[in-house]
Amino acid sequence: MAKGLVNRIIPFSSVDGPGNRAAIFLQGCNFNCLYCHNPETINLCRNCFICVKECPYGALSVEEGIVLWNNNLCKKCDICLKCCPYHSSPKVVAMETEEVVTIVKRISGFISGVTVSGGECMLQSEFLISLFEKMKDMNLTTFIDTNGSIPFQDNQKLISVMDMAMIDVKSFDSEEHKKLTGMDHSIVLKNVEFLGNIGKLYEIRTVIVPDILDNYSNVDSISRLIAKINPSIRYKLIKYRPLGVRKELMESCIPSDAMMNELAGLSKANGCNNVVIT
Amino acid sequence: MDKVLSIIKDNKLTYNQKVLNLAQAAEDSLSVFNITEETKEYIEARIICDLNEGNAPYKARYILPDYEKFMKNGSKFLELEPPKDIWEATNNLLILYKHVPSVTSFPVYAGNLDTLLEPFITDEEEAYRAIKLFLLHMDRTLRSSYCHANLGPASTKAGRLILKAERELQCSTPSITLKYNNETPDDYAIDAINTALITAKPSFANHSMFVHDFGEDYGIASCYNGLNIGGGSYTLVRLNLYFLAQRSKGIEDFLNNVLPEGVVRTSSLMDEKIRFLVEESGFFDTSFLVEEGLISRNRFTGMFGMFGLAECVNHLLLPKTPEERFGHGEEANKLGLKIIEKLQEEVGRHYNKYCETTGGNFILHAQVGIDSDTGISPGCRIPIGEEPELQEHIIQSAVFHKFFPSGISDVFSFDSTVKQNTEYILDIIKGAFNENMRYFPFYSTDCDVVRITGYLVKRSEMEKLDQGKAVLVDNVVLGLGAVKNQKVLDRKVR
Ligand code: SF4
Ligand code: SF4
Ligand code: SF4
Repeated sequence: MAKGLVNRIIPFSSVDGPGNRAAIFLQGCNFNCLYCHNPETINLCRNCFICVKECPYGALSVEEGIVLWNNNLCKKCDICLKCCPYHSSPKVVAMETEEVVTIVKRISGFISGVTVSGGECMLQSEFLISLFEKMKDMNLTTFIDTNGSIPFQDNQKLISVMDMAMIDVKSFDSEEHKKLTGMDHSIVLKNVEFLGNIGKLYEIRTVIVPDILDNYSNVDSISRLIAKINPSIRYKLIKYRPLGVRKELMESCIPSDAMMNELAGLSKANGCNNVVIT
Repeated sequence: MDKVLSIIKDNKLTYNQKVLNLAQAAEDSLSVFNITEETKEYIEARIICDLNEGNAPYKARYILPDYEKFMKNGSKFLELEPPKDIWEATNNLLILYKHVPSVTSFPVYAGNLDTLLEPFITDEEEAYRAIKLFLLHMDRTLRSSYCHANLGPASTKAGRLILKAERELQCSTPSITLKYNNETPDDYAIDAINTALITAKPSFANHSMFVHDFGEDYGIASCYNGLNIGGGSYTLVRLNLYFLAQRSKGIEDFLNNVLPEGVVRTSSLMDEKIRFLVEESGFFDTSFLVEEGLISRNRFTGMFGMFGLAECVNHLLLPKTPEERFGHGEEANKLGLKIIEKLQEEVGRHYNKYCETTGGNFILHAQVGIDSDTGISPGCRIPIGEEPELQEHIIQSAVFHKFFPSGISDVFSFDSTVKQNTEYILDIIKGAFNENMRYFPFYSTDCDVVRITGYLVKRSEMEKLDQGKAVLVDNVVLGLGAVKNQKVLDRKVR
């Protein structure tokens, strides 16, 4: 049985794919996006114990050199996240597949399926496979929310138990992508084509960040790519929102409705027939 | 006489509302019930409350006429032939509605509108015009959102037209319930959900569960009350579990002595109401509804209401932390369940010969409260402001639903963003009904029409009333009271 590093589980989510879905967030990411809303999901804990001293409710302790989080004492004040110098979280739990299955089982009658997100969940693909096999036994659909940086093509086993993926295409320009995320986008685009062609691409998303990115050119190219693969793949344009973002890395503002509508119009004109703004 | 004069001079009442209030004041000047001093004391202490039903009942509280029969036969008394087209069908119904008695003087049940109208839908465009006018007419003349129409479980052309019209009209009357089961097609359910996110109706009823309790011939009337079609309920009297708990010396005393005694006293008042209505008022001997077979006495029962379970449990347990309170703590939830099981047992002990349709017993109803209840939660609901996460909320409260054939519900408020993913709500409803939840009402945070406790009100109308202007719909008065006293618009948003 595989273990997953779980940042948190949201039992009912309306925004992680079709219908009601349990959203499972895994810890650890290979990107380091300037605008990341959940920077505490990026790195693994280094057990420096700074947060242990800062927790005002005694919910954190050290056991055998490892930080231990007590859910029952935790008041969800997030002080630990703010004081962590490494963009990690002491509340991450290494969970057996079976433990996650038990949680999902309790609500399985209420959901269409599960969506695993992150961080970057593809970094833990063994766990994904073992979890999805169990989800299939329960007749639930299995979605992956990914930054697209890890090739799907080589992972036939995962593809066979995964229903659909949702991929972020953050920029269409290689340099800009590198500046924003720390990595090049060539694998991302390969994944988009590959999953699109086998009919397992549910959605592409692009976060619109005024002044920082060349939003118009990105949306123009990305929507053309989608239209070429399959015009009914959903293209979601996401407004940048400063909530949770590390302000020291980047300053921007929320894009106007007019701007969002213009970009949506552009995508439609380029042939996408399922464009949403959020 | 002060009361009469103050009604006459009340600027917030329309003419029709004054007439109704004056009639109530006249009825309340009588005292015809033969009840004990102990029971009277409970009434004065507001432990037992009949929700302004009146002191000398001359009509059953909830009447569900057999509209199917009316459509087939027409009415001798009203001199109406059976309808031949959609105009006659809607017109006939509107005429009958004005002759169905109730406490509010407006019918609490408007029939399975989809199946009633479906046979008359030939030209869809014309039918849509007729239906829209019909619904508009109901909203502007029936003036009480306790008036309740039913749809489903099957998808019909008429049902879809009604939903479409409601999305456009956004009226508070009538309330609508979609009887839902696994035969209801998903696209019809989604159509209904889209409508509810705009105008807070329809609510979803767990059809299989109601059929199990009543058989196929049931309707949802008033707030969410399951009752026999062709019958209904003579009366509804409610027991305030919170105030009742304050009379006990502790949990054991409450369960073994105080609660059973509360049931006895409440039942004795109900017995008297039913006796007077059936034996003395002449209602069942003279109403044309009885004569024409649209209702019959032996399809009526009595609704035993309760409310304030949350406060009752918290009073008895004295929880120290929020995690131990009703709706959260395991011990509190277990005690809640034990109280309701005991209530069911005690109510089941009481026999009333006029309730033969429900085995000679009253049936339980989780009452939604009235505007003057401050700090007491409806039925078995978790107090507003203390609601747990949605999945826990549903699982926890569904446990109580099987005990209440004549109605129980929570109300769920969804953020308007779920309009982009309506399957989300359908998934939740399916899950909730799997857990034996009986009824699922919901609305979106940006609706003008909102569900107060059981009934619907327009926010814009409440604002008008708050500024001292008279409004058309009676429920607006109750709604504004509930917003102020029970913070109903502060429900947790999902
Ligand atoms: S969120 Fe972090 S700091 Fe706050 S109580 Fe929980 S563990 Fe402690
Ligand atoms: S979560 Fe951060 S602060 Fe806490 S022990 Fe781990 S690395 Fe240190
Ligand atoms: S890919 Fe997602 S989780 Fe990773 S750094 Fe970027 S925004 Fe954050």
